[in-house]
Amino acid sequence: MNVVPLTKPRTAKDFASDQEVRWCPGCGDYAILKAVQKTLADIGADPAKTVFVSGIGCSSRFPYYMSTFGFHTIHGRAPAVATGIKLANPDLDVWIVSGDGDALSIGGNHLLHLLRRDVNVHLLLFNNEIYGLTKGQYSPTSRTGTRSPSSPGGSVERPVSPALFALGAGARFVARSIDTAQKHLIDVLKQAHDHRGASFVEIFQNCLVYNDDVFSAFTAKQVAADAQLLVKHGEPLIFGADRRSGLRIRPDRLELEIVRIGDNDVTEADILVHDATNRALATMLAAMTLPVALGVLYCEPAPSLGAAVGSLADRQPVSPSVADLNALLRRGDTWTVAG
Amino acid sequence: MITNTLPLANPQPLAAREPLESVVVRFAGDSGDGIQLTGNRFAAVTALAGNDLATFPDFPAEIRAPVGTTYGVSAFQINFGARTIKTSGDSPDVLVALNPAALKVELPRLRPGGLVIVDAGSFAERDLRKAGYAADPRKDGSLSPYRVIEIDISRLTLEAAKPLGLSQHDALRCKNFWTLGLIYWMYDRDRGVTTEWLKKRFVDEPLVAQANIAALDAGHAFGETAELNGELIGYSVAPASLAPGLYRTITGGEALAWGLLVGAHLADLKLFFASYPITPASPLLHALARLRPLGVTTFQAEDEIAAVCSAIGASYAGSLGVTSSSGPGLALKGEALGLAVATELPLVVINTQRAGPSTGMPTKTEQSDLMQALYGRHGESPLAVLAARAPSDCFETAIEAVRIATKFMIPVIVLSDGYIANAAQPWQVPNVEAIPPFPVRFRREADGFEPYSRDPETLARPWAIPGVPGLEHRIGGLEKDSVTGAISYDPGNHQRMTDLRAAKLDRISADIPEQTVEIGRDSGRLAVVGWGSTYGPINRAVSSLIDRGYDVAHIHVRYLCPLPRNMGEVLRRYDRVLVPEMNKGQLVTILRAQYLVPAEGLNKVSGQPFKIDEIEEAVLARLEQPKR
Repeated sequence: MNVVPLTKPRTAKDFASDQEVRWCPGCGDYAILKAVQKTLADIGADPAKTVFVSGIGCSSRFPYYMSTFGFHTIHGRAPAVATGIKLANPDLDVWIVSGDGDALSIGGNHLLHLLRRDVNVHLLLFNNEIYGLTKGQYSPTSRTGTRSPSSPGGSVERPVSPALFALGAGARFVARSIDTAQKHLIDVLKQAHDHRGASFVEIFQNCLVYNDDVFSAFTAKQVAADAQLLVKHGEPLIFGADRRSGLRIRPDRLELEIVRIGDNDVTEADILVHDATNRALATMLAAMTLPVALGVLYCEPAPSLGAAVGSLADRQPVSPSVADLNALLRRGDTWTVAG
Repeated sequence: MITNTLPLANPQPLAAREPLESVVVRFAGDSGDGIQLTGNRFAAVTALAGNDLATFPDFPAEIRAPVGTTYGVSAFQINFGARTIKTSGDSPDVLVALNPAALKVELPRLRPGGLVIVDAGSFAERDLRKAGYAADPRKDGSLSPYRVIEIDISRLTLEAAKPLGLSQHDALRCKNFWTLGLIYWMYDRDRGVTTEWLKKRFVDEPLVAQANIAALDAGHAFGETAELNGELIGYSVAPASLAPGLYRTITGGEALAWGLLVGAHLADLKLFFASYPITPASPLLHALARLRPLGVTTFQAEDEIAAVCSAIGASYAGSLGVTSSSGPGLALKGEALGLAVATELPLVVINTQRAGPSTGMPTKTEQSDLMQALYGRHGESPLAVLAARAPSDCFETAIEAVRIATKFMIPVIVLSDGYIANAAQPWQVPNVEAIPPFPVRFRREADGFEPYSRDPETLARPWAIPGVPGLEHRIGGLEKDSVTGAISYDPGNHQRMTDLRAAKLDRISADIPEQTVEIGRDSGRLAVVGWGSTYGPINRAVSSLIDRGYDVAHIHVRYLCPLPRNMGEVLRRYDRVLVPEMNKGQLVTILRAQYLVPAEGLNKVSGQPFKIDEIEEAVLARLEQPKR
């Protein structure tokens, strides 16, 4: 293999292409781009073996801004194109960049099957709860009542939860982070990259033109500590500025409840410890609206049945010889017409 | 593997049999009667006996329709002979009807004076009622134009198979092999191959194998005995004079699968095949899935769109991406085909056409997707379109599609149809070593790399696959600069790119063979121009008209887009041009528009192939006088 020897490790800048970034000034996408470039530098990614695949939407401009290989495909279909790339060459490190409309509306079917098949790729869903590129219509993740050009009286549909959708589809890695939470986001992206199988990362991304501050109830600095639960496998589910709030299972009902350490004889020992291998817990955490659970909600390390698709791809197919092909064409009943 | 060298030693003196040049036999029964199996076995031994042949499986869309109903009738037609066989035959000479429903549905096809063999054991009051017969057709005179042989096949099958210990129900299921035994006797076919096949097929159920063999033998013995009474006549059909070589029978589905695999080999690429199940295209998916041990990656996608998109992804990553479907599925793939055109990636799309619009008649054949293949996309998105003419032609057509797709970096649609996919024909097995290879050269050099620079001859852009250092670049559906591939909204660039994509077709046109005339003079009074599976009936009709002294020629088009560079000139050499198509006039519209020739259409959309007679009549109507 023709590998260019590295004189020094690549930096985040080395993963930026020469193209001028054309998102709206202040868009959350800038922060995500920065985090991804830093992640690739940190993990020592090889740009020649890295492919970014996207669909259509603001987020899907992403590949143009990376110095890796990139394929800007069509609306909703990035998971299908990426599946073909990965099956054809399992050595490639394939990232999919998508949005809430791209992944969950027009491309919902492909997302379902990518996760179900457990194709070994990383999917980043930039969720801004709005259609940005087409100028602000409500999206499948928009909350009921969202006023937009296509729902002037407020949308009447119920939103889909991306993380719950992913868990329902059988995803073995489901994580969440926030565009501006650089340290947290990079940490999550690295774990997503390390996971073998399809990894799904929902990133709350602010669209300051069409849906500004839609996540501010938990992303704003002054509320973040109380409204965000940063989950870590093996650590108690504690949050809050005073680190006294925590989660436990209600004794009389299968649901999570928020308790205060020190109140009513609650001690830290009563707080539930995060187990990322527990799908039921992940589902309850994903469904929680306050606090919002961030980090790796679910990670099933053992290869599941679905990994069969991945392993199929990993088995490099042989190339048939002329003898193989001639034998195939002659298999079964044949007869000779004499000259 | 069974290999025979012709001529076969004949077990019976030929003199005892009446010689036939060719004959059309149609097997019909309930969809649970094993009719397709029976027909395929008969085709296999007929091929081994050295006859030329063409088959036409005609089965219902229902997997298991209620027993005995007319919509549950499954049929299999075979035309075989000592002469060259071009079609599965206009009208059967022999109809085997295993129940009243089959008789009711199939009788109108039988030629007057033809032979009907019916299972008398399945004509109870209840069977007649299910088939919708008010009176027993054997008694009301409706069979009088035909020769009728009534045999209680059900009872005779039970007598043969039941002593082996099968239940009444299971023993009766051997009815098809009893019938096959009788037909084998009629046409002097060897039972050995079928006996061996049954043993292998039912290796885990030896009792079932024995029962079917017993039924086969009993049917055969019945023929011998009945002959003594003068009821049945035995025939002999001499071997056809095929070109020397090794032969096998092949269906269109198999030939496409093997052609794609060999095509990928010739291009030095791995084959990636993605498809979503759809009638009548699925046999191709099944055939290729079985070839996984030979390095084929098959992917059953979640839908038609994912199938084409994953194939595009695979091509992008350096495999040969292939997807397949039928008309409704091709419609769904349309947007992605635009992406393949814009990103200039090789892609092969197989469309096994069926009767439309919408769900239409999924098991019936039609040629109504030509316009969709040519124009069914948004924007100016030219791509190449080829059509296979017969099952045996699918192999070469698939290889040619791979060659064009990889040489010109362009999607290629191959049009097959439901008839070609399922029909079988003898095929002279080629030696893969003798087929000229066309290995792909991926871009490896980083120096001077521009993703949209072009080969001056083909206008193909470099195929630069991920994994090669220094070639990192971005492509996509947005319009790109004609050299650098960077996003461009420049008006001049869009004009240039649109022109370049169209010019690729001109380069392909210069690369493909010129249009030839199949049979007949290369100028004259009338040319019959066809494409796809109308080949057989057109060719037979034209050759018999030429034999009768008429000035007519047959031209058959494989390259539908771009058309061969001499096409207009060829058409203008004839006074009249007739274009038979199983659609409302799609190729004829193209020919008229492109060459301003007064071509006329001959159109049929009944879900059934053209009959030779229909084409002969249409030609004769335009050539009132014989000319010599």
